[in-house]
Amino acid sequence: MRVQSMFFKKNATEKLDDAVLQRNLRTAKGKFVDGRAKAVAEIDEWEAIRTHAAALRDRALADLDAYLVEFERNAIRRGTVVHWAQTAQEACAIAVEIARANGVRKVTKSKSMVSEEVNLNERLEEAGIEVIETDLGEYILQLAHEPPSHIVAPAVHKSKEQVAELFEAAHKKPRLTDIAQMTREAREALRDHFLTADMGISGSNFVIAETGTTLTVTNEGNADMVTTLPRIHCVITGIEKVIPTLEDFATLIRLLPRSAIGQTIGNYLTLTTGVKGPGDTDGPEQMHVILVDAGRSKFVGTEMQSMLRCIRCGACMNHCPVYQNVGGHAYGWVYPGPMGSVLTPVYVGIENAGDLPNAATFCGECAVVCPVKIPLPDLMRKLREQQFNERLRPWTERFAIRAWSYAARRPKLYALLTRFAAEFGARLGGREKLIHYWPGLDGWTRGRDIPAPEGRTFRELYRERLRAPWRVKP
Amino acid sequence: MAGEAVSAREAILTRIRAAQGRQGAEPDATQLERVRATIARHEAGPLPGNARNADPVAKFRAECDRVGTTHAEVGSIDAVPAEVARYLRANNLEARVAAWHEFAELDWTAAGVAVDDRPANPNDRTGLTGCFCTIAETGTLLLLSSPATPKVTALLPETHLCVASKSRLVNTMEDSFALLRRERGEPPRATFFVSGPSRTADIEQTIVIGAHGPYRVHVILIP
Repeated sequence: MRVQSMFFKKNATEKLDDAVLQRNLRTAKGKFVDGRAKAVAEIDEWEAIRTHAAALRDRALADLDAYLVEFERNAIRRGTVVHWAQTAQEACAIAVEIARANGVRKVTKSKSMVSEEVNLNERLEEAGIEVIETDLGEYILQLAHEPPSHIVAPAVHKSKEQVAELFEAAHKKPRLTDIAQMTREAREALRDHFLTADMGISGSNFVIAETGTTLTVTNEGNADMVTTLPRIHCVITGIEKVIPTLEDFATLIRLLPRSAIGQTIGNYLTLTTGVKGPGDTDGPEQMHVILVDAGRSKFVGTEMQSMLRCIRCGACMNHCPVYQNVGGHAYGWVYPGPMGSVLTPVYVGIENAGDLPNAATFCGECAVVCPVKIPLPDLMRKLREQQFNERLRPWTERFAIRAWSYAARRPKLYALLTRFAAEFGARLGGREKLIHYWPGLDGWTRGRDIPAPEGRTFRELYRERLRAPWRVKP
Repeated sequence: MAGEAVSAREAILTRIRAAQGRQGAEPDATQLERVRATIARHEAGPLPGNARNADPVAKFRAECDRVGTTHAEVGSIDAVPAEVARYLRANNLEARVAAWHEFAELDWTAAGVAVDDRPANPNDRTGLTGCFCTIAETGTLLLLSSPATPKVTALLPETHLCVASKSRLVNTMEDSFALLRRERGEPPRATFFVSGPSRTADIEQTIVIGAHGPYRVHVILIP
């Protein structure tokens, strides 16, 4: 997927005017938010589990090099070939080379955000290999030639009618309108591909150092088809996904589906370790794991390292008022919402994703719901500081911040200016006490009104109260 | 290719280690020792209160209801064919199953069910498997791959029947891993957790059962 994050403002404006998208986003929001709240309320130790999970992720990251080497050692012991890729290009080259060396013509894929990140499908297709996405949401988007707009529910922005249109064109069958029947039709279309693919490509939610294991979590069972039926299984995953033990997986899987969609567990979880053994009638003859860096190591050892704890549940975007209103495509790259506002600028360069750390209300909800306690608003604030220091924001904004900072450090001047602003605001608000337009802040007032100030500043009220407390109403 | 791969490995590890204030590409002996010691502790996280069960069987059955796995209990393994026959009749399914070898010797003729003693293929409508153990906390079946226990039998047919022993019901996934370590040493090629039939909600968040895997999962509990 090409980076379009520099166009966030323009994209967001378009998305706000897209009536179908707005309806689809509203439907999704309730299900994600309410579902999570219910699932979390069932567990009395939720906070303790979160704390433990954050600590175990930190522990793995503190010795990331050693855990990766330990994973590699155990994976090789079980017959897996481990590859390392520094960049997106390297990752794709390795996958294409595995396919070429084995005469692969068709690949079935289960959902993998890393493969979206590195443009794997495009590269495989250029090499003459047919690629079939098998997660229903990803399959819909493959037909629509669109990137995912959500990391857990990739086609959340599409309506039933839009999907029906895509299926009618692709399956060459009469148009269906019943969602269950549409799913059945896709199942039948994909069944054949599962059975005839030479290579299956999956991501991995975590990789386990102890056993050299990679693993998939799905509800559809498509990852199980992809990792069981073809003669080659290739895993593409990020270097930060390594966890020490099976017990760590047990902890994290209590958090992941609950945070993502409010389920107690995914319907199908599979831990895959190596290749088929003697006498096995199923399983791949070759297993490859591609460990991808592509920007991840830039977080290591910095004040932003906690971002690498992320377990890709999507709770931060589900709860983000910005995401809820503009959807994932506005963010312009693979990872939308608050997690994307941190990942994208670091992965692709802050100069290519300038608006993302600013596409937040800082309401803090993303940090509240994050199952591994990533302080997302703090990380976005650090990126904002970096943008300011590197002069990557417009001069008007930088001038305004400097002017504010100048005044804030001079109490008398600040008092004068705020008094002026409060009086001016009160007058603008008029009898309605609502400001429809504030000169210079038209971005704020275009879509909403600002409640007008009462006309006196906090400092004035505070001083008065100190002088004559009996005169001030509580 | 191989040369490039080795250098990418070195470059990535060197970069990580430099960022951590360490030198070179390879972790040193003390560091590896620390990491292996952490792994060897197999420290479990806090368990939710609802995972400590007074009655694991009741909890297991309640969680099966929640994830959409149906369940029945019979008095012995010999009663399995009759329950299979009943289930297939009740769901209007053909009286034929592809079964794991361990169940081939049961008296299927009396129950009127035809059994194919081989891994399921895409044309089979019903697969019959056993399982390594079951997990009460989430109503989960744990299947391990092996020559005698092919995973496809639980995956390809539209109906997955699973025989599970109550004596091998554990409370949590942590317990299942402890059992796995005790009995098998380490995980087999595929360690497969099934919690209800295959489902999707990718079109307008509407839940549909039977995405790519089974439409029905039915557990037959034996003592």
